[in-house]
Amino acid sequence: MTILLIYIAIFVGAFFVIKSIEKFKTKETDFTSLKTVTFGDESAVISNRAASFISVLAIFMIWGAFTGSKLMPLHVPGPFIGDLSFTYTATNAAGETDDALVKVVVYDSKSDKVLPKPDIEPGPGFAKNDSASIAAWRSGLIKVRRNDVGYGENGYKVVSIDGQSISPSSEIFIDNARIYMTAKGTLSLTPDKGWQMESLYLPPPEDVWSRLIKVASEGYKNFSLFEHLGWSLLRVVGGFLAGALVGIPLGYSMGLSGWFRGWFDPIVEFMRPVPPLALIPLVIIWFGIDEEGKIILLFLASLWIMTISARAGVSGVTISKIHAAYSLGASKWQIMRHVIIPNSLPEIFTGARVAMGVCWGTVVAAELVAAQKGAGMMIINASKFQMTDLVILGIVLIGVIGYSIDILMRISEKYLVPWKGK
Amino acid sequence: MKGLTIENISMRFDLANGESIQALKDVSLDIKEGQIISVLGPSGCGKTTLLNIIAGFLAPTAGRVNLNDRTVTGPDAERGMVFQQGALFEWMNVRSNVAFGPRMKGMPKSEQDKKVQHLLEVVGLGGFEDKAVYELSGGMQQRVALARCLANDPDVILMDEPLGALDALTREKMQGLVLKLWKETGKTIILITHSVEEAILLGERLLVLAPRPGRIHKEYQLPYAEMGVTMDLREVKKTQGYTETREEILAMIWDMEEEIMGGVGEG
Repeated sequence: MTILLIYIAIFVGAFFVIKSIEKFKTKETDFTSLKTVTFGDESAVISNRAASFISVLAIFMIWGAFTGSKLMPLHVPGPFIGDLSFTYTATNAAGETDDALVKVVVYDSKSDKVLPKPDIEPGPGFAKNDSASIAAWRSGLIKVRRNDVGYGENGYKVVSIDGQSISPSSEIFIDNARIYMTAKGTLSLTPDKGWQMESLYLPPPEDVWSRLIKVASEGYKNFSLFEHLGWSLLRVVGGFLAGALVGIPLGYSMGLSGWFRGWFDPIVEFMRPVPPLALIPLVIIWFGIDEEGKIILLFLASLWIMTISARAGVSGVTISKIHAAYSLGASKWQIMRHVIIPNSLPEIFTGARVAMGVCWGTVVAAELVAAQKGAGMMIINASKFQMTDLVILGIVLIGVIGYSIDILMRISEKYLVPWKGK
Repeated sequence: MKGLTIENISMRFDLANGESIQALKDVSLDIKEGQIISVLGPSGCGKTTLLNIIAGFLAPTAGRVNLNDRTVTGPDAERGMVFQQGALFEWMNVRSNVAFGPRMKGMPKSEQDKKVQHLLEVVGLGGFEDKAVYELSGGMQQRVALARCLANDPDVILMDEPLGALDALTREKMQGLVLKLWKETGKTIILITHSVEEAILLGERLLVLAPRPGRIHKEYQLPYAEMGVTMDLREVKKTQGYTETREEILAMIWDMEEEIMGGVGEG
C-alpha cells in the first residue's frame, strides 16, 4: 500500500517536474505539435520519452529503496540491528517483587555469522538477568523465568516490562521491538522489521545481477544459463515451425476448399479455445516429459493460431484481385503463388507473432511442470531452494527474450510485408 | 466474325429466403471490334452482373456470350478487366503489376520491361516503375490498372466503374486518357458507370438498362466519344445536343429510381 502511494507520488511528481522543464524548452514546430485537439486524437498522442525513462528508473529506485540496495543512496528504514535491553518485573510466591535486566543482540541475518548471546551477570534478587540473540526479521522466545529463583512455584509470574504491565496473550512495545507474552507466560521478542523487504522475498537488484554473473559463468543444475535459455528457445522455435508448417497449408486448404473447411472447422473451432496449458497433463501421459512431449505441446499451441490466421489471410483477398488475376490469364497455381500467398502474408505474420508469444508462455509453463533444463525449470527449481534472486533473474530473462522475439517479428514484418496496413 | 455478341442472356438465382431474383432477362447485344460502349442504369439493374458474365466470372442461366465466334466459358486473358479500386497487387511494385499478365504467360524479362516502360509512358506514369502501388494516388493507381490491362493485349476491355472513386478533376483527366487509349489501341471497351456525363462522353453507344428484370431499356448512338479524341472534354460538353441528351437520360434514370423507391415504400 505504501509502495503504491509512493509510486503514484513519483508518477504525479515527475509529471509536474517534466512539464515545468518542458515549458522552458523551445517549442517543436512539427505538424502534430500544432494540433489543438489532442484529447481523443490518438495520432496526436506521442509517447513521452522522459516518462518512459523515469518509469523504468522509478521501478529500480523503489526496488532498491525497499531492499536496502547498495546502489541506492536512499533507503526506507531497514530492520533494527544492534543491542537492545529491557527490564522485567516479576513477583514470586511470597508476594515480593524484583527486577532483572534482559540484553538482546539483534544481528543481520544476511551475514551468515550467528552472534552468540551476550554475557551478563545474574545480578541480585530472585529474578536473574538474561540475554538472547535474535536475527533481524525473526522473533525469538526469551525464557526469562527459567533462571529465576522460585520459578515454578505457585504465584510466580512476570508482571511488567519497562514499567508496562503485561499479562499472558498480550503484547507491549519497547524501543525497537515488540514483546508478546504467550499464553504460558513466555516472552516472545520481535525486533522492529522496518519497511524493507527481506531478501528471501525480494533480493536487492545487485543480488540479482551477481546471480546473473554467477549463473552465467557456472551454470545451474548441470546446464549453463545459455543452455537453459537456448533449450527453451529451441523448443519454441521447433514447436512453432512444426505448427506453422502444418497450420498454414491447413488454413489455406480451409480457405480454398469447402470440403476441407467443413471437415476441419469443428476441430479447429473446438481446439482453438482450449488453453495449451490444459493439454500439458495429457501430453505428459502420452509422450512423457522429454523433448518430444514439449515440442508436441508447442506444436498444438501454435497449430490452431497459424491455421486460423492462414484461413483469414485467404478469405481476406478482395475478390477483385482474384478476378483481375484470372482476367490477366493467370492459372490457379499462379494465382495461389502470386496473389493468395502474398496477400495472406500480413495475416500470417500477425498470427505468427501471437503464436510465438503463446508458445513462449507455454514452454515456460511446461518446464515448470517437468523438465531437466530450460528457463521454466530453472526458476521452479530455484524457488524450491529459496533462491529468490534466481527466480527474479529468470523472470526478467524470460521477459527480455519474449520481448526480443516480438521485436524481431515486428522488424521482419516491416521488412517482408511492407504493404501491411497500406 | 470478329467482335462480341451477347445472345439472349438471362440470369436468375434463388436467395436464401426462398425468393428468386431475375437479374437479367433476354439481353442481346452485338458489339463490333473497336467500339466503345458505356452502360448506365439505376442501382440493381444488373450492370455488374452483365459485365461479370462477359468476363466469364458468372455463367448465365440462359443464352451465351461469344467473342470472335468462340463461346465464353470462363475468365481469360482475351477479356481484360479494370476494376474500381483495390485490384492492384500491393506486394508488387508498379513494374511487376503492369508486367503481371505477360509474366504469367512466360514472356522474356527484357520484352516485359520494354512493354512496361512503353505502357507507363502511354498512361503518363513514365519513371514510376519502381514505386510501390500504395505510394501512388488513386488516379495514378487507376493508370497502373489500365496499363496492366493493356499489357496483356486483350481483345475486349471491361471496365467496372474504373473512375468511380476518383475526385472530379482527376476523373476528367482520366476520361480523356480512356478515350486516348481507345483510339490508339483500337480495343473494344465496355464501360460501366454511374455517371451520366461519363457515359455520354465515353460511350460511342450508350445503353440504359432498366431494373427488375435487368434489360436494355434504350440505346443511344452518340458522337461525343469520337469528338473527345481530338477535343477537350469541356469543349465537347458545350456542343449542340449534349445538354439535351444528358437531361433526357437523367430524367429516364430518375424515373426508374423513383419507381424502385416507390415499390419499396408500398411494400
